[in-house]
Amino acid sequence: MDDAFSLDLETVTARIVPGARGIANLWRLSAGATLQTWSFDAVAGDTVLHPLILRRSPGGLRSAESLSLEAEAELIRVLDGSGVPVPTVVHTLIPADGLGDGFLMTRIEGETIARKVLRDARFAAIRPHLAAQFGTIRGTMTRVDTARLPPLPFKPAEVILARLASRYDNLGVARPVFDLALRWLEQNAPAPLAQYRLVHGDYRNGNIIFGSEGVRAVLDWEVAHIGDPAEDLAWISTPPWRFGELDRPVGGLGSRQQLFDAYEAASGERVDPARVHYWEVLGSLRWGVSCASMLEWFTSGRDQTVERAMIARRVSENELDLMRILTGAD
Amino acid sequence: MLDQPRGTDILTAVSWLLRETLMPLLSANAAFQARVAANAIDLVAREISFGETVEREALARLQALLGRDGALEDLEAELSGRIRRGELDLQSPGLADHLWQTTLDKMKIDQPTYASYRRTLEARAGQQQPQKED
Repeated sequence: MDDAFSLDLETVTARIVPGARGIANLWRLSAGATLQTWSFDAVAGDTVLHPLILRRSPGGLRSAESLSLEAEAELIRVLDGSGVPVPTVVHTLIPADGLGDGFLMTRIEGETIARKVLRDARFAAIRPHLAAQFGTIRGTMTRVDTARLPPLPFKPAEVILARLASRYDNLGVARPVFDLALRWLEQNAPAPLAQYRLVHGDYRNGNIIFGSEGVRAVLDWEVAHIGDPAEDLAWISTPPWRFGELDRPVGGLGSRQQLFDAYEAASGERVDPARVHYWEVLGSLRWGVSCASMLEWFTSGRDQTVERAMIARRVSENELDLMRILTGAD
Repeated sequence: MLDQPRGTDILTAVSWLLRETLMPLLSANAAFQARVAANAIDLVAREISFGETVEREALARLQALLGRDGALEDLEAELSGRIRRGELDLQSPGLADHLWQTTLDKMKIDQPTYASYRRTLEARAGQQQPQKED
């Protein structure tokens, strides 16, 4: 890391955390080219005053699908105190900070590696309750007044489907199973909703911090939008997040009934299982197209690692999952 | 005229080297990378063993399904287009069988331990054999 970055971060931290004299334990959590996540502590001597996370984009660039970091920070600020568990945003970067676009938030300790939550003994007592917690949190999101939120893109099913179809077409590799799914999705579009809601957009185990007592926070709001709550209920139930636990479709942890019951109790709204099923097909295809796009990363030289090549070869998993869903075997 | 051991046998030995000899000596991150490499080597070995056969069989199925000759890639593109336009669907004779067989053949090479692949194979084996009364 360069010294200018850590000095700038120290200056900002000293300004926003009362009593802070410096920073320690600066550690990069994510290696994304356009989005960096750093963990560090605001300190005075040997005393940790405030554990922090910095999310920033050095050049101010993000993918077209994502919110600006400023909008993401504003969204998290609005959700803080709404009952949706989120980290507390302590500062949104300004140009004078010299750190690019981004924000600082309180670091919440806990586990984000889904496989550990599924297997480790320390989560054994809470595991049977997590599918219901996912439903309760999603239900609480449904009660958030969308008029209070910062401007978010409106993405009902037809918008997401059209975008997905064009991403698939642009890959230039014919995948008959994907076409089968696309055709089904085009023929079975859900009716418009009377009221659209806040949607997280990537609501799954890997974007949640867990403690032994349950969910501590929902992270990564960068693809949040206004849309159909069934999208989140379905995404957390798609096959890629089951990690082999096929009979616990919700994140490998529980049943759709647990998820839906808790959602209905928290939101006061009914779940239409056919609608969630539609979004499960759409979500599985979305993950499949994402895996398929890894081929281009590998062949173009953008990322020639073995790991990238192996992710590209996981498209067949999605094709199998789609065949199972479309033929009623899932 | 090539000598033994053949490529797949050597790849099996490399996979063993990575998993059993090197991984225990490596740090967590390096061990993860070694496991990814071992998984990749296993995939390549399966591709060498089964790849040619499954592509030849897929080509024969596609030619029968579409009623014409052609290269595998071209026929797959035609099949994709016809499914997308609704000219063929899961009720069309031979289509579901072809898509299932193609998908399962890919999984045999790409990810044979994937849970829903194992379950699909079990369900299909159950359908083909008379049910045993317990």
